[in-house]
Amino acid sequence: MHPGVEGFMYPNEVELQWSILIVLYPYITGLVAGAFILASLERVFKVAAVKPTYRLALLTALAFLLVAPLPLQLHLGHPERSFEMYLTPNRSSAMAMFGFVYLWYLMVVLLLEIWLDYRADIVRMSQTTRGPVRWIYKVLTLGSQDISPEARKIDDTVGWIVTIIGIPSAFLLHGYVGFIFGSVKANAWWSTPLMPVVFLFSAMVSGIAAVMLLYMVVSRFQKQVVDMRCLDTIAKYLFYVFLIDFSLEMLDLIHRIYEADESFRTLDFMVQTRLYMSQVVIQICIGTVVPLALLGWTQVRRLSDGVRRAMYATAGVLTLIGIFAMRWNVVIGGQLFSKSYLGYTTYKLEFATREGLLPAIVLMILPLAILWVLLKLLPLSEKEAA
Amino acid sequence: MAGGWRHARHLIVLALVVAAGLGAFLILRGAVVPAGFGKLGHYRAGAIDDNRRRPVSFAGQATCADCHDKQVEARSKGKHRIVSCEACHGPQARHADDPEKLKPVLPDTAILCRRCHEKDPAKPAHFPQVASTDHSGGAACNACHQPHAPKM
Repeated sequence: MHPGVEGFMYPNEVELQWSILIVLYPYITGLVAGAFILASLERVFKVAAVKPTYRLALLTALAFLLVAPLPLQLHLGHPERSFEMYLTPNRSSAMAMFGFVYLWYLMVVLLLEIWLDYRADIVRMSQTTRGPVRWIYKVLTLGSQDISPEARKIDDTVGWIVTIIGIPSAFLLHGYVGFIFGSVKANAWWSTPLMPVVFLFSAMVSGIAAVMLLYMVVSRFQKQVVDMRCLDTIAKYLFYVFLIDFSLEMLDLIHRIYEADESFRTLDFMVQTRLYMSQVVIQICIGTVVPLALLGWTQVRRLSDGVRRAMYATAGVLTLIGIFAMRWNVVIGGQLFSKSYLGYTTYKLEFATREGLLPAIVLMILPLAILWVLLKLLPLSEKEAA
Repeated sequence: MAGGWRHARHLIVLALVVAAGLGAFLILRGAVVPAGFGKLGHYRAGAIDDNRRRPVSFAGQATCADCHDKQVEARSKGKHRIVSCEACHGPQARHADDPEKLKPVLPDTAILCRRCHEKDPAKPAHFPQVASTDHSGGAACNACHQPHAPKM
C-alpha cells in the first residue's frame, strides 16, 4: 500500500498534480478583483467615504496582478511555452484563454486607470524630481505635459469609462477562475455552477479585507491618522459582502447535503476527516464565523475608535486566513478523494522545492514588495506628489 | 472640438504606443507560428505528413496470418481471438519484411499474462484475473495454458 493512501485510488490520483501554487493563484487573483471592486465603489458608485483608499486599492490590485501568473509559471514544466497561448489562441479552452483575460485586465483596465488617475502627479514629478527616477516619470508622461483642467476632464471621463469596463472585467477575471474549477464535471467537489459566483464573492471579501488592512498599515508607516469614517464604511461593505459569500457557500453545502448524490458519502467523510482542520475549523469557524461576528458587533454596538480598529484588524487578518483556507480546500480537497469514491490520498507539502512552501511564501511577500516600490513611485495623496 | 483633441494628445500618443505594440506582436506572430497551423485543427497540418513519413512498426494482423496460419486457427477458437498478434508479440513490421533475418523473441508468459490478468479490484469482476503468486507461484503460464486458446 502506498503511504498516505487509504482505500482504493486510481494510480494517477495518488500524487496531487495541483500543488499549493495552484492554491495561491485563485487567492491572488481574488485579491486583485476584490481590491479593484473596492476602488470602483468610490469612482463609479460615488461612495465618497472610501476615497482615502482609492489609489491604494488600485496599486494593491496592480501589485498582486503582476504576481498572479508567477505561481502558474512555476507550476509549469515548460513555462516559456505559456506564451504560445497568445500566438495560437485556443478559443475552446477556458484555461488557455486566461492569457487574454489577464492581459485585458492588466493593460486595458488597471494600468490605464492608474495612469489616467496619476497623470497629473506624474507630469508634476517629472518636473520636480531629480536623477534616474525623473526619467521614469518622463517616459510615463508619454511626452505630454498637458495637465490643464480640460485635459484632466478628459482623463476623468476616460478613467470613468475604464472603471465601468473594469467592473465586469474584474468579475470576468475571478468568475473565470471559478468557472475553471466549476466546469470540471468529473470532479464532484468542484463541479457546481455556483463555483464562479462563490469565487467572485470570496474574491471581493478577500480584496476588501486586504485593502482595509493595508490602509491601516500604510497609514501607520506614513504616520497619518486613519480616517475612521473610511474604515467604518469599508468594514460595513466587507460585512455585507461576506454575509452574501457565506450564504452562498452554505447554500452550496446545504444543497449537497439535501441532494446527497452518489459522491456525498465520500465528500462528507473527507470533510469530517482530512479537511476537518482546514475546512471546518479554519475556513468556517475561525475564518468566517469569528470575523463575521466581529464585524457584525461593530455594526450594532457603539465602540471607541481604538476598539473598532482592533476589531477590524483582527477580522481582516482572520478573513484573509479564511479565504486562503477556502482556496486550499477547493484546490487540494478536490484532489484528495478517488474518482472511484472508494479511497483518499494525502497532500504532502514540500518546503524548498519548485512547488513547495518556500516559493509560496516568497510569492506572497513579492506583491507587498512591489506595492512598496509602487507607493514610492506613485504617492497616495496628491499633496505628497506636489 | 478641435480644442478638445488638442488636450487629448496624451491619449493619442498612448493609442499609437498600443498600436505599435500590437503591430510588433503581429510581426512576431507571423514569424514564429508555423505554416499550416490551424488549417485542420489546433495543430500544425504538416505534422500529419511528418508522422506519415515515420517508419511503420506494426505489420498488422493480416500480414501475420499470411505465414502463421496454425497459430491463427488455434487463436480463432479461444477467447483471445479478439486480441491481435502484435498486442503480445510486439511490433513485427521488420520481421515481416525479412522473416529469416529477424526472428522475434518469444514473450515470457510469467510476465506477459500478468499485464492483463493480475488481480486488481479496479478491473470488471467478469474479467478473468488471478493473484499470480497464489495461482501458480510465479510459474510460467504456458506450463498449463495454451496462450492462443487459454481455456483448459
